[in-house]
Amino acid sequence: MSKKPTKKQDVATTGHSWDGIEEYNNPLPKWWLYTFYACIVWGIGYTVAMPAWPLLNGATPGLLGASTRADVAAEIARYDAANEGVEAKLVAADLTEISADPELANFSQNAGAAVFRTWCAQCHGSGAGGQQSLGYPNLLDQDWLWGGSIEDIHFTVTHGIRNEDDPEGEARFSQMPAFGKDELLTDEEIAQVVQYVRKLSGQEFDSAGLGDGETLFIDNCASCHAEDGTGDRAQGAPNLTDAIWLYGGDVETLTETIYNARYGVMPNWNTRLSEAEIRAVAAYVHSLGGGE
Amino acid sequence: MWDYIKLIALGAVAVLAAIAANYARDLAYMVNAIEVMLAAAIAFIWVLRTMGDRQPAPQNEYNDGVVRAGVIATTLWGVVGFLVAVIIAFQLAFPALNLEWAQGYLNFGKLRPLHTSAVIFAFGGNALIASSFYVVQRTSAARLFGGNMAWFVFWGYQLMIVLAATGYILGATQSKEYAEPEWYVDWWLTIVWVFYLVVFLGTIFKRKEPHIYVANWFYLSFIVTIAMLHIVNNLAIPVSIFGSKSVQVFAGVQDAMTQWWYGHNAVGFFLTAGFLGMMYYFVPKQAERPVYSYKLSIVHFWALIFLYIWAGPHHLHYTALPDWASTLGMVMSVILWMPSWGGMINGLMTLSGAWDKLRTDPVIRMMVVSIGFYGMSTFEGPMMSIKAVNSLSHYTDWTIGHVHSGALGWNGMITFGTLYFLVPRLWARERLYSLTLVSWHFWLATIGIVLYAASMWVTGIMEGLMWREVDAQGFLVNAFADTVEAKFPMYVVRALGGVLYLVGAIIMTYNLWATVARQPRVASASVAAVPAE
Repeated sequence: MSKKPTKKQDVATTGHSWDGIEEYNNPLPKWWLYTFYACIVWGIGYTVAMPAWPLLNGATPGLLGASTRADVAAEIARYDAANEGVEAKLVAADLTEISADPELANFSQNAGAAVFRTWCAQCHGSGAGGQQSLGYPNLLDQDWLWGGSIEDIHFTVTHGIRNEDDPEGEARFSQMPAFGKDELLTDEEIAQVVQYVRKLSGQEFDSAGLGDGETLFIDNCASCHAEDGTGDRAQGAPNLTDAIWLYGGDVETLTETIYNARYGVMPNWNTRLSEAEIRAVAAYVHSLGGGE
Repeated sequence: MWDYIKLIALGAVAVLAAIAANYARDLAYMVNAIEVMLAAAIAFIWVLRTMGDRQPAPQNEYNDGVVRAGVIATTLWGVVGFLVAVIIAFQLAFPALNLEWAQGYLNFGKLRPLHTSAVIFAFGGNALIASSFYVVQRTSAARLFGGNMAWFVFWGYQLMIVLAATGYILGATQSKEYAEPEWYVDWWLTIVWVFYLVVFLGTIFKRKEPHIYVANWFYLSFIVTIAMLHIVNNLAIPVSIFGSKSVQVFAGVQDAMTQWWYGHNAVGFFLTAGFLGMMYYFVPKQAERPVYSYKLSIVHFWALIFLYIWAGPHHLHYTALPDWASTLGMVMSVILWMPSWGGMINGLMTLSGAWDKLRTDPVIRMMVVSIGFYGMSTFEGPMMSIKAVNSLSHYTDWTIGHVHSGALGWNGMITFGTLYFLVPRLWARERLYSLTLVSWHFWLATIGIVLYAASMWVTGIMEGLMWREVDAQGFLVNAFADTVEAKFPMYVVRALGGVLYLVGAIIMTYNLWATVARQPRVASASVAAVPAE
């Protein structure tokens, strides 16, 4: 064992050696000991001040009477009280007047955005851009399945789409037939309809493959999507003539849509959000760019 | 005679496991039963074929074979654990890596517990068992107690790891963090652990030194406390003896409190006390200096084990846990600061008079950096347990950063140092194959840890601030998805840090292998022989 003569070396070891390891008998470092003591003293003081020591029923409440539950309740009550007046005004107001009233417009922007980020962003994205691969509609554009007026949006948020949970049974309903799966059209006919829909929407299409596409469309699709393909909001039937697609306008996706149909659902929010929150989020979505 | 009893027992286990596999109610249970059957069958054949050939072990030599096996297992499980770590870090940054065809098997949710168990229990556990077997023999000047019982502990522990890992992938989990294995794996670990305690305590009882060395106090506290924590936290009733599912006996906040009493003391006694045992032997040996202060080691040992056991509630601040429990958890955690630092002081000050070795010996450098990270995380921990800090840090990546500066910095580095110390001695080689490669390992690992910890501090504090941001009317400003998006660059940095750490460990594996394979053997009497009384 190499031992250089240093000052530390003057301290004696304990005299034992384990496999060549010895131990110096150095005292506890002063700063260490006093910091340790200080922590203990602080700890005792803290447990006197705060709820700490368990008793048979409950625990010592602490001299400061602190309670995290009471803190949260107080904070919630404070905001509730501060927003009480404007929320009552929002519920009483006519939906179309919200954007004209600066106080209501400002409040519903903030509250609606918060509701949207908490409840809606999971599907529609935190920026409301939707997600086409899963059929979550983009809420920023001017294309609306069920209508883009504030009343329409308010109704959709309140009751949702294609759900059985709305206590008032008012959820928006419609169902496209599964033309392929249910053998309403042959694969060849579906291919022709696909080409016709691409023509309707002004995309490239295969004129050789068009065949009876137009006739098939008018016979099978026009009752909902209209003869000119512009759709029908009363049935939530999308406009097929624009460049905006719920699931996608490429051949593969269109074939999938016509073969198996789609059945996108949205929850009813009337059992989870207050009327003020629903109005706020409806006004927020309405303000995003596509509101009518 | 004894061999016949073993054969009957092993045969019975193999048959029962086959029956269990036949009646299995779920896939994980069936695969686990088949694994048990194979393990028992292999052991049966081994006993049968070596019957009559086995010589009684010489009592004047240390049992180093089991330590060698432990060193190999530590190294291999380490690389596996770090590899899974890198995969899941990239899965977090690029969710597409949760591959479609591997859904339900290799997605993040399945691999994450595989990673934590592999690094804590497979890598860390093997390091602790192997090093404790080495240290207790050297510092007691006695061969391991119980003959081949140490081998049973080693192989039993490996079986536990395999059962747990395959169970996770196939869906057997009781959903308790760091205590995921299902009931039968818990029972098996309990048996193995009791034998571990018997081997360790038995060796201490027959020691030839008058006093018990400090490293052994820490190892013993680790073994005893882990046994207690493991049993209480895993109290569960199996739904069927032929199925992997079980139901916890505690419910609600009592279950949460039991879980984090266990969880925090797994940190305290597995990753702190156990590894302090390693430090107290390998640092003075490698530095060739006496331990700094015997008094400090006594005081900080008792203070540490008394205080740690209280600290669990700080994992449950601002939850259903009552305020009083929260307060006690926080206060004890803060008082724990100095007792934790006692180990750091004793480790670092042991080097006084030998600081020049930092320049020349990369193994010492590794140990010193590990003690440095130990000191840093045992300061960060008490700070994060303070409620005001915790309200920001809880559920954020800051916690992940904290855990990894401790796990990669302290547990990882001290284990690497220990492996570099042990391999030449256990295989009687003159020296390590390459100190240059040790230096490479040191720098890769250190830079990796810095990237990891720094990126997690940044994202953790950022997301904590984003989550709590409300406007003047009390509405949240950010969507959760906004925070996820904002973290992306730091997730990439974290994954790169993990890659560096993994590469370092692979370099170490090569270096250790080359030490055994390429270095000349030295005849060293001191390696295997118990010193004369």
